[in-house]
Amino acid sequence: MRAPLLLLVALAGCSGAQPKAGPEKVPVPLDPAVAVRKAAQDAATTTAAPVLIRDATLLTATLDRPRIERGWVRLSGGLIEAVGEGDAPPPAEGETVIDAAGAFVTPGLIDTHSHLGVYATPDVWAHADGNEMTRPITAGVRAEEAFWPQDPGLQRAVRGGVTTLQILPGSGNLMGGRGVVIKLHPLREARAMRFPGAKDSLKMACGENPKRVYGQGKGTMPASRMGSIFLMREQWVAARRYLNDWQTWEKNPTKTEDGKEMPVTPPKRDLTLETLAEVLKGEVLVHIHCYRADEMLLQLEIADEFGFAVRSFHHAVEAYKIRDILAARGVAVSTWADWWGFKIEAYDGIEQNLALVAEAGGRGILHTDSAEGVQRMNQEAGKAWYAGLHAGVKVSEAEAIRWITANPAWALGIDALTGTLEAGKMADVVVWDHHPFSVYARAAKVFVDGVPRHDADAPSPPWSDFEVGQ
Amino acid sequence: MSAFATGFLAVIALVGGTVRPGDGPALENATVLIDGERIVGVGVGLPVPAGATVVDCAGKTITPGLIDAWTGLGLAEIWGVEESVDQDAGGDPIRAAFRAVDALSPDSPVLAIQRAHGVTTALTAPVGGLVAGQAAMIDLSGRVLVPQVAMVARFGGMQHGSRGMALLTLRELLDDTRTYAAKRKDYDQRRLRALAASRLDLEAMIPVVQGRLPLAVEANRASDLAALVRFAQEEKIRLVLVGASEAWRVADQLAAAKIPVIVDPTQNLPDTLDGVHGREDAAALLDRAGVPIMLSTFSVHNVRKLRQWAGNAVRAGLPYDRALAAVTATPAAILGLTDRGTLAPGKVADLVVWSGDPFELSTRTEGVYLRGQRAAEGHRQRALFDRYRTVPPPY
Repeated sequence: MRAPLLLLVALAGCSGAQPKAGPEKVPVPLDPAVAVRKAAQDAATTTAAPVLIRDATLLTATLDRPRIERGWVRLSGGLIEAVGEGDAPPPAEGETVIDAAGAFVTPGLIDTHSHLGVYATPDVWAHADGNEMTRPITAGVRAEEAFWPQDPGLQRAVRGGVTTLQILPGSGNLMGGRGVVIKLHPLREARAMRFPGAKDSLKMACGENPKRVYGQGKGTMPASRMGSIFLMREQWVAARRYLNDWQTWEKNPTKTEDGKEMPVTPPKRDLTLETLAEVLKGEVLVHIHCYRADEMLLQLEIADEFGFAVRSFHHAVEAYKIRDILAARGVAVSTWADWWGFKIEAYDGIEQNLALVAEAGGRGILHTDSAEGVQRMNQEAGKAWYAGLHAGVKVSEAEAIRWITANPAWALGIDALTGTLEAGKMADVVVWDHHPFSVYARAAKVFVDGVPRHDADAPSPPWSDFEVGQ
Repeated sequence: MSAFATGFLAVIALVGGTVRPGDGPALENATVLIDGERIVGVGVGLPVPAGATVVDCAGKTITPGLIDAWTGLGLAEIWGVEESVDQDAGGDPIRAAFRAVDALSPDSPVLAIQRAHGVTTALTAPVGGLVAGQAAMIDLSGRVLVPQVAMVARFGGMQHGSRGMALLTLRELLDDTRTYAAKRKDYDQRRLRALAASRLDLEAMIPVVQGRLPLAVEANRASDLAALVRFAQEEKIRLVLVGASEAWRVADQLAAAKIPVIVDPTQNLPDTLDGVHGREDAAALLDRAGVPIMLSTFSVHNVRKLRQWAGNAVRAGLPYDRALAAVTATPAAILGLTDRGTLAPGKVADLVVWSGDPFELSTRTEGVYLRGQRAAEGHRQRALFDRYRTVPPPY
């Protein structure tokens, strides 16, 4: 019997790309244009040839033109150069042409909730690096720094049409650490895989996991939801003060004494509060593992109290109960198609959760939290869509496609760069041999930054050293 | 009860659908006749008896109810609530006497949720130890169909000690079971040496050594599977392999020994060092080699994914009819349900009317029949959906 990994696993936010000297030098996200150029450069170093995909049905994930029955997409220099309808332009010299009649093209899929690399397979003790469960507040630890780029799950995700992952710490802790957004290129370290321009995230968790790990497991705080919220609030109080201290120092880094300008000693750097301060400044995006409707509402009240935004709730199996509020506040809902029942806080999960969130105008996201699920995100989104339709919840195909593309891109703050088929976006593109909501669909070709990373007709050797020579 | 139904309920005629009987080719525009609990007719152009309740199935597909060959249904309500989980008997490594049926919760709301996706029957298995206990076959209204269908064990990498010792322990258990069975009187008079298991466990193992009850072993590494095949042949016991992610590597041996395998068609990750060679087309490879295969979700709360899992097996190369057989006819034949698993006269009318291809995500069930009666469609999740169709809900 496959034990649900998520019983213990939760995710956390991630970190910035730039080396940091201190909170006074909070990493500034790259200007989108710069980021795209950088991605293009990275892609160019792997000799991405220009590609013309033609005669396909395009599911663009855009709002204004979500479906083009017979269209074409041109990839060049790591970017989508153009998207069109009808006859494709004549191929340029040296351009790879993919005749995709009968096929479907979507943006590369994006999973907001992955533990690949931090809970890598083989699932052995030595690979369990996603939960620093020695104290409940570890906001400063970084998934990026535990990520094993040789996880065999990564290539399998690409084969499923996934091009971008948010790698999160687990949910054992209240503030588990920083998550990192990566592009699925086979590279030798996490830092090289970083999504250029993506902000880090802070992974938080409420509910059963932290109180089980600490109260039940170790006899330390939190042993209750009361204790959990108290500890969180304490941290936000400290973070506000910390940020204020630094801002005060930044305004007056020197003082005049006896007519001489003297440096003022800066506040002491605290790696935990530094991350939280970046949250308060909007430079780190908040992703909260939370199942119950009332607990999500409580987290929103705390966010208001301390002045930060919750970007997305994760798992959120009761989101449907508060979908009006989540939609009005613009908080994204990252959840599964049908997982439920593994904990009492997950007992009220229903198959129509995502569809109901979407129907209410909310931003729904199909996430996986699973090395198996990430290989069939298209199927999972399809299940969630049909579950709604069969129950009379009318959500468009276009909206359901956005659950695995544009909406997760928004939750990760990278929607200007990827998540739709539009000229100027990163060339993260999937060619499917069936409609992606068919159980029989396979990602025939997957491009990441214009680089062909999967071709069903020409399977590549294993990315992972672990799988070499076995 | 059933006699009552037969006497008073009209024959049900499912007319005009595509009938996929589970063990043969599809029949187009066919009719299935149900009288009471049983199927009494399957074919094209069958006359519909006067007074029959006719269900128009044009455009629909009719299959046997799906059978998941390895679940924990009825043994676990909520994983995180220990007192609602009864899969693991605990204690000694040998728990052969523990029976899943003794812990079964037939009223579990989990069952109806799975049934709504066309699963009518499941094996439900205990876990833990070296010999976990006895699995049962149930239907998804909570009826026990076969109280003891397999003895469950596992073999492979261990946290402590060597897998070699595990096989030795199993061998000793079988040997002592034979000794016990032959010398019960001596045992009762305490004239026997100490045996490897308790009296109840030895009793429970007797059908295994007699070849009446299969030993279902969860194992993955190819060398372990080969060792189990040899073990079963030497011990003259029936063997079913469970999970067995590397079974495709010893497919010819399994086919020659006619050892069936329960496969998770999504298992393509090197989850453990025992399963480095798992691959998504394992079911297709085993089937092609002639190994009897059954598909499973290995789940409790999402056994309803079985049709999606079968679809994934097809996507990975398993022929469609073979995939359907692997969730209907094959598990029925192997797991003691000779009157289920196919659509044929005389079989119990556990069947499903689907809006289309049962494996396709866009398809829904439009009638799940258990023993000839259409099962209730409501379940707890649907009730929650109804309650929250508008928010705030009308409490």
